[in-house]
Amino acid sequence: MQSLLSVKDLSIGFGKNEPTVDQVSFTVNAGETLALVGESGSGKTLSCRAILRILPSSAQIRSGQIVLNCRGNDIDLANLSERKLRGIRGDRVSMIFQEPMRSLSPLHRIGDQVSEVLKLHRDCSASDAKRQVLAEFEYVGLNDPERIYRAYPFELSGGMQQRAMIAMATVAKPELLIADEPTTALDMTTQAQVLGLLKNLQAESGMALILVTHDLGVVANMADQVVVMNKGRVMESGSADLVLGSPAHPYTKKLFTAAPVIPEFAQPAVQTEAADIILSLREVSKTYGSIQAVNGISLNVPRGKVMAIVGESGSGKSTCARIALGAESADPGGHVFFRESPEADAIDIQSLNPVQRCDFQRKAQMVFQDPHSSLSPRMQIVDALTEPLDIHSIGTAAERRDRAIELLEQVGLDPSMLRRYPHAFSGGQRQRLSIARALALRPLLLVCDEPTSALDVSVQAQILDLLEDIRDRLQLSYLFISHDLAVVARIADEVAVMRRGRIVEQAPPELLLANPRHPYTQALIAAHPEPDIHRPIDLDTVARGAGEPDTWPDAFRYTDGAAPPLKKYEANHLVRTHA
Amino acid sequence: MDIIKFALRRLATMMMTLLLVSALIFLIINLPPGDYLTNQIAELRSTGQESGVAKAEFLRKEYSLDRSLPEQYLIWLGVWPGPHGFSGLLQGDFGWSFEFNKPVSEVIGSAMWMTILVNLVAVLFVYMVALPLGVLAAAKSRTWIDYVSSFVGYLGLATPNFLLALILFYYGNKYFDLPIGGLMAAEFEGQPMSFEKIKSVLLHLIVPTFVIGTAGAAAMMQRLRANMLDELNKPYVTTAWAKGVPPVKLLAKYPLRVAFNPFVADIGNLIPSLISGSVLVSVVLGLQTIGPALLAALKSQDQFLAGFVLLFVAALTLIGTMVSDLLLVLLDPRIRFGARVR
Repeated sequence: MQSLLSVKDLSIGFGKNEPTVDQVSFTVNAGETLALVGESGSGKTLSCRAILRILPSSAQIRSGQIVLNCRGNDIDLANLSERKLRGIRGDRVSMIFQEPMRSLSPLHRIGDQVSEVLKLHRDCSASDAKRQVLAEFEYVGLNDPERIYRAYPFELSGGMQQRAMIAMATVAKPELLIADEPTTALDMTTQAQVLGLLKNLQAESGMALILVTHDLGVVANMADQVVVMNKGRVMESGSADLVLGSPAHPYTKKLFTAAPVIPEFAQPAVQTEAADIILSLREVSKTYGSIQAVNGISLNVPRGKVMAIVGESGSGKSTCARIALGAESADPGGHVFFRESPEADAIDIQSLNPVQRCDFQRKAQMVFQDPHSSLSPRMQIVDALTEPLDIHSIGTAAERRDRAIELLEQVGLDPSMLRRYPHAFSGGQRQRLSIARALALRPLLLVCDEPTSALDVSVQAQILDLLEDIRDRLQLSYLFISHDLAVVARIADEVAVMRRGRIVEQAPPELLLANPRHPYTQALIAAHPEPDIHRPIDLDTVARGAGEPDTWPDAFRYTDGAAPPLKKYEANHLVRTHA
Repeated sequence: MDIIKFALRRLATMMMTLLLVSALIFLIINLPPGDYLTNQIAELRSTGQESGVAKAEFLRKEYSLDRSLPEQYLIWLGVWPGPHGFSGLLQGDFGWSFEFNKPVSEVIGSAMWMTILVNLVAVLFVYMVALPLGVLAAAKSRTWIDYVSSFVGYLGLATPNFLLALILFYYGNKYFDLPIGGLMAAEFEGQPMSFEKIKSVLLHLIVPTFVIGTAGAAAMMQRLRANMLDELNKPYVTTAWAKGVPPVKLLAKYPLRVAFNPFVADIGNLIPSLISGSVLVSVVLGLQTIGPALLAALKSQDQFLAGFVLLFVAALTLIGTMVSDLLLVLLDPRIRFGARVR
């Protein structure tokens, strides 16, 4: 059979450097899905951009062929003239990207941007184009297409933006769609729905799909063929059931061990009621203007344990983290109590005088999500690590320096790196550095706000190992914020699931995952893509729980904005329900 | 209709700002000890011309310079009765220029319109030069086109305006027969508008526009280039690229629209810098704008003339800012929606 696209020995390089993509070959058959899998820096994005020749200006295709079979004719895209290539882009081969918000122009209406494809490639009138675009909107599951047509990107949610991007890519009925990490920036439940949409579109239109992803779970749900890449080379390729079922290459095996999986707990562990609470949120609410971001949250972080808050964007989880650190104050009536030691009195961090606040800040520190932007690029590592000591006037210069060396050793980095700047470090190393900085003042409590979600999967596992290790070694307590149940299942002692500012279910991870009661929790678990072709995403369960609270089943629905109470379902297991 | 509401609100704040500015201007002009007339009286006394002293004393009363400063200010505005009842800016009486010995309105008169004309043409020149060059320099960044246009731009920034003026006058006259100095040929002075007069004015405007505009154009070009370069790497540009949009349309429709914002926002800032920059140039080129009059008035503490000119420049600036704000609201939906929420 003639394949739709075949890439042969493709090499891409920047300037005079060694090629970044080296002798990469793969083929895509009509109607099939090929997954390009790899971690950051593997060259997967460059390879797929090379197909349309939309590479950064400093990168060139060094050698190789990119042959597209176009109505029986073979065209080598690598050597096609720019003018002819424009006829292919968006028409025969189209592309969608990772961040829909940034990939759509903020100043043009959605309808304008989508119908532009038809105006460029089809000889059709404006009204005809609009009719086709509206039909496509309906097709990709955008309700009220007339409104979407007139809307600007920032008026839509992330999921709707990505649907609009998909409409833009598919409105001209291309033969090949290239999707570059199309769901990485989306919430878990939205990701499941967008993946489902892509699958449906493909089944109905028969277009081929190249899916670029780092997530083996996504691969297992979508792919027919898999190409595993690392450092610009193909490590392993073949059909999905072979590569996923019995990975041959050590690198593929390594990816599998690191892939986050929601574990199946056979027997829920017996929990003892923890009496020693280090941090306690009581009836904390936060209102911004007319928006209630957090609504009556009560949580306890037991000493030496990990309390996790799981939720999607807009759930209020990060606001909770900031309130817990006193970086933001809760609405009147809410309290945050901190108890330095089991014998000490609890202090309310909402009402601290400046001296107490300074004291509290030493004992509660934060680890941020993005290690690239949370370290100043103009500060050497030694300065970044000693700055907290400097601010709190602790120790002499020599003592601070010794402390910095000790910190680097604690997070598994070499003390010889002290004089380097952050750009010399990889993402995982930088996250180690920001953990080290958070440890500088010997805190008792760490608030970790999505500490692993900006990292590659293999690095993510290492950072979680490190967090567990220092928790035990330094007797830390964590308030751990995440959107990923698989991450949380690994590290947390107790999990609170948040949706739209409220906790909907709370339990130790074993109980929660073995016996989720709330439809939203069930949707979150079902939406998690597992790296196993025999456990596909259950879209029905996702659809049942992922919507707004007023679409939930009767027993859980909010009536007139009033939520049902959080009830005890069993010991240690709370569910927000009428039943 | 949101836009009209926005414009009205903007107009109201502009009026408030103008009021505040007028008070500041009046205060600052009166900060040095004495005024034009006390200085004159002192000079007359020392030279023994007692007859002139009486006249100056009379003028002091006539223009209420003998009153307290706040009173003077209010009379100048026209909200407080002076020797001749309410007669100030609000009533259209701009006061008396002691330096030129005639009413301020007569001193300024045609110069005001000439100032507006010269600056409008200069602003247009700045935009017409900076827009294509800035986009070109960004699109062809790190090529000889970029380097040459940057070089020319920096040359324009670095050359003193008056020097450029003299050079251009010399060579413009030598090779292209361009007129030297003034804003129109002498025979049209005071004549009613005619086709010939307009032609003469336009011919006279070429060199001044170039001189006043180059620095502004060079600075703006560099800003636009930097903004464009920031935008060119954004994902939405890649999206358009992957759609098959042809290169020129791609640049114009997507990154330029976004990079345009600071460009538009600069209209307001451009006017004061052009006017203050053009004072020197106007003196050198002999342009009948208000620049030279302002210089003379400030030197001799001719307070009504100086006050009016400064207020006029402030009003032009505020109008420029308002125009750019309104344009931004029209151009950028994000600002439009932000304004609606508030």
